Amino acid sequence: MATVIQIIFGLIAALVVGAAVMVVTVRNVIHAALWLIACFFGVGALYMLLEAEFLAVVQVLVYVGAISILILFAIMLTRQVTGEGVRQLVGGWRLWLTAAISALLFAVAIVPTIISHAWNLPAPPGPPGTPEPLDGVAELGRAFVYEFLLQFQVAGVLLTVALIGAIVIAFEERARRRRVLTLAEEHELRKRLAQPAPMEAPAGEPAPAPRAAPISEGEAQQ
Amino acid sequence: MTAAVPLEAVLVVAGALFCIGLFGALSRRNLVGVLMGIELMLNAVNVNLVAFWRYLEPRFITGQTFAIFIICVAAAEAAVGLAMVIAIYRNWLTVNADAVDSLKG
Repeated sequence: MATVIQIIFGLIAALVVGAAVMVVTVRNVIHAALWLIACFFGVGALYMLLEAEFLAVVQVLVYVGAISILILFAIMLTRQVTGEGVRQLVGGWRLWLTAAISALLFAVAIVPTIISHAWNLPAPPGPPGTPEPLDGVAELGRAFVYEFLLQFQVAGVLLTVALIGAIVIAFEERARRRRVLTLAEEHELRKRLAQPAPMEAPAGEPAPAPRAAPISEGEAQQ
Repeated sequence: MTAAVPLEAVLVVAGALFCIGLFGALSRRNLVGVLMGIELMLNAVNVNLVAFWRYLEPRFITGQTFAIFIICVAAAEAAVGLAMVIAIYRNWLTVNADAVDSLKG
């Protein structure tokens, strides 16, 4: 049994760390977002392994269901769909500096501290094989309505404020609204730009207000 | 679980996740990529909290409530952050963090 758990833990750890590495290194931002979803799933599986079932469900609901979709929407709305020809990471000495900071933090600060610290682990209850007493969802709900009621309410207010703030920040007045190209239109435009003979703008499209710098310009030159 | 996998292993995985997220947040040029790195770091912290709850205080639910509050704050942060990315894109026509430097003087 212990071996099975160890193998499962090893697989989940490899998934989490490997997907995280792909998130930060892959060139295409959409691929990075998809790897991020894989990483969130791995973390959810880790919660399940740690016997925090409710948190695993919350992880899948909130991170996989909401935040990843939000990130994908932001990527599509900001139109930097593919990263070809665009450097995604900072260049030169800054890249090496950040890599060195992260690696040193891990190898010099975190791992030696974890290894050398004497964790005050509680003794296992009774003879081996007895299930450990474990707080579950019932205690969690009770804690939310008794002990942490104020924090619970404040979290609700925070979420409301964040909702309103996100709308206010992202809101655009109708008069200033710029026509945003859909992915299909952008693909079409890019194909047209690639062709030597320029064709007219497709009929039916209302003459767009000064369109946000044609794709590939301004992004390709960086 | 507690008998098979030592606490240190879980903490090392969480630490690796945190450092990878830090690297991503510092080295990505795309603002959305920076936010993805921050999400990775928040996840690493949550793994830490749940591991401490499970191994050290399994009869004390505070570890899980703390993780849920962090998820809540992370959701708020992601919503506002991505709204800011969209607003920045609208004004600067770029999501490159290096190009948004009008406060640089």
